[in-house]
Amino acid sequence: MAMQVTFNGVSADYNYGPIRSPLVLQSVDLNVTSGAFTAVVGHTGSGKSSLLKAMNGLLVPTEGVVTVGETEIKPGKNKKALKEVRKKVGMVFQFPESQLFAETVEQDICFGPINFGVSLEEAKKIANHVISQVGLDVSILEKSPFSLSGGQKRRVAIAGILAMQPDVLVLDEPGAGLDPKGKREILSLISQWHKTRSLTTILVTHDMDDVALYADDVIVMEKGRVVLHEEIREFFNDEEKLARLHLEVPEARSFQLTLEHELGIKLSRVCLTVEELADALIEVGLA
Amino acid sequence: MNKLILGRYFPGDSLIHRLDPRTKLVAAIYFILILFIANNWQTYVLLWTFTIIVMRSSNVTFITYLRGVKPLIWLILFTVFLQVLFTAGGDIYVDYGPIRISSFGLISGVYIFCRFVMIIFISTVVTLTTKPVDLTDGINSLLRPLRKLRVPVDDFSLMLSISLRFIPTLLDETQKVMDAQRARGTEFGEGSLFRQMKTLVPIFLPLFASSLSRAEEIANMMEVRGYQSDKRRSTFRQLHWQNRDTLSLFCMLVLTIGLVMLRSKGFSH
Amino acid sequence: MPPLIEVTNLSFSYNHLIDEETLTNVSFTVQKGEWLAVVGHNGSGKSTLAQILVGLLSPQKGRVMLAGQVLNEESKWGIRQKIGIVFQNPDNQFIGTTVQDDVAFGLENINMSYEEMQTRVEEALKMVEMSSFQFHDPSRLSGGQKQRVAIAGIVALRPSVIILDEALVMLDPASRRKLLQTLQMLKEKEGLTIISITHDMNEAATADRVLMMKSGKVVKTGTPKCVFGDELELEPPFAEALRRTLLKRGRSVPQVYMTEKEMVQWLCK
Repeated sequence: MAMQVTFNGVSADYNYGPIRSPLVLQSVDLNVTSGAFTAVVGHTGSGKSSLLKAMNGLLVPTEGVVTVGETEIKPGKNKKALKEVRKKVGMVFQFPESQLFAETVEQDICFGPINFGVSLEEAKKIANHVISQVGLDVSILEKSPFSLSGGQKRRVAIAGILAMQPDVLVLDEPGAGLDPKGKREILSLISQWHKTRSLTTILVTHDMDDVALYADDVIVMEKGRVVLHEEIREFFNDEEKLARLHLEVPEARSFQLTLEHELGIKLSRVCLTVEELADALIEVGLA
Repeated sequence: MNKLILGRYFPGDSLIHRLDPRTKLVAAIYFILILFIANNWQTYVLLWTFTIIVMRSSNVTFITYLRGVKPLIWLILFTVFLQVLFTAGGDIYVDYGPIRISSFGLISGVYIFCRFVMIIFISTVVTLTTKPVDLTDGINSLLRPLRKLRVPVDDFSLMLSISLRFIPTLLDETQKVMDAQRARGTEFGEGSLFRQMKTLVPIFLPLFASSLSRAEEIANMMEVRGYQSDKRRSTFRQLHWQNRDTLSLFCMLVLTIGLVMLRSKGFSH
Repeated sequence: MPPLIEVTNLSFSYNHLIDEETLTNVSFTVQKGEWLAVVGHNGSGKSTLAQILVGLLSPQKGRVMLAGQVLNEESKWGIRQKIGIVFQNPDNQFIGTTVQDDVAFGLENINMSYEEMQTRVEEALKMVEMSSFQFHDPSRLSGGQKQRVAIAGIVALRPSVIILDEALVMLDPASRRKLLQTLQMLKEKEGLTIISITHDMNEAATADRVLMMKSGKVVKTGTPKCVFGDELELEPPFAEALRRTLLKRGRSVPQVYMTEKEMVQWLCK
């Protein structure tokens, strides 16, 4: 069941007692529509991680309101709302395998659901189901998470989040540190879940090729503010804006720009993948 | 973590900041020892004068030093309380059953309070004005002679400095793991003691595992960069003894002489 | 010219009880001043190979020669001054308290004099463009900056070879580019030989030669053109991917592998 995520004038900082850090989020207004696949991009330090943390109450706003579905997170204490929102928003951090701790894979996956009141039996059933969803065999459930390879560990960690049956799935660079094949597999799994479960999916990434392939729309963050929120094609269309924001472009697009620069002519449209580029080149008779 | 003042470094450029860490370490330990020479109000006034001058020279506010005392205040008052009750002599002010408060008792109580607080103040001066890594260098240098007795001083210092370097990293990692587990529905610091301890497992185990693999990576890296435990190594970080350091130690000597001279003979107060 | 590195019939297995070998009969050479990319899926033995080259692991069979010297338990310490390695995790390679301390670590290990260390550290930091960061502690550095400090630490020893064991994997695209630039510059100016173990096919496409590994064996070596031309399993560099797509659509692209430049040229004619 999909859900929308809305930010209304949200500002936040990390409160360290007497020391107040500078604002990590500044007057953020945002609407992620239900069922969308949204990418979040921006330089290191732009506030991407803070934005994510604000979505499940790990970072509580000092101003404004974060709304996930029907639940609201406001400044101050929100115990009930936080518990609700953490069930609805499944958060996969970078290098999620570093959170594995249980004796068996099954136990680790059940950890989340049990915390949210699911019975052990029910949780085990869910674990059984979810393990194949991440492309792993059921036999892995009895193994110790520490005996697995890096790629397997990561899938187990993600399974642990899927097992909570969230309505929104938030992922921070799920492909980080993986080889191209592993990365592609994880991303295509994410895309699958997005479609089959109509999961509102929010993906933080540096990889513009992934953005081009999977996302419907893009949010650009800079210095704690949302500077852009556009639909994919529109976003990649505006080269000047991308250059001004110092953002990367997908490989195909980069090649297209180099070519257009050499030739002095423009192709009929913005090409984001190899296939699109091939088509466009054939169309114009260059190939 | 942020309320702990003893052990934290406050950047600055005061006279005390610029002293060699060895001077500060030796002087502080020496001070704690000579504290026990004092046994009358004159000697305590001398000690307090010294302490206050040193604190002022560090350019750190008095309030910060007081904050260093705060966590220990109950321990101090408790010790004072015991001292007052169990030291007898002189005029008796209260004599009610087991409770006997005498003038000797009160004065010992005051003296013990002064000693405690001065020790905290002076120790705090050292840690506030010396970067942890400089302290390690100082300790290493002072313990150098032990090398002759085959004590692995250099290895120990390297261990200390690497540990110091990774403290912020480990704190960060702890925060990350806590966030990840919170996102999965755990809450820390709530419920019965047993419950709270259970919630530590999902933090402790991953950190432990990652620290082990981190240690292995670091060990490999050190080996590849040529580190051999039993081979002689040079040091890039150098300590430079200055005149002000010699002068400071001289001041300690003057203080000692002052104390000995002002001290009362016999067991009077 | 005799090759700088000669690897002959290297075989290695982590556990001889199990029949699996991690590396089987690996042989290749590396010329002075070349950039060799080593590619292959996870589990192809690339990292094991890197660890053997710096003496962290000992092969059961075969040998490695660097500048005519055989790598073994005795010679490895000396050889480690000539061949350095940068690992994947920027944090686990930084053990100094500050940037300059970390760069000096390798120099301290060979008991270099303080004066010479100062010169080398300054020189090395300049080469990686980190001079203005010399007093920074690691918590203030980005991953890319830490990797540059790691390179400085190696370069300070004036080595002949630098191995990169997937050293760019944890960095964002901009930092990766910057680091590759720095390495390219070091290769040209200092005549360094670079062995880069990488997943990034676009990066491998810019190397002088590519070594492709699969299941512990060398399956192909040669120029990028040669290796990627008919490679069907690993993802090809972008220009090659485009060429193949056009080929599939029946267009008259050349049958040979093309670099990005060549592709642009061909399209422009």
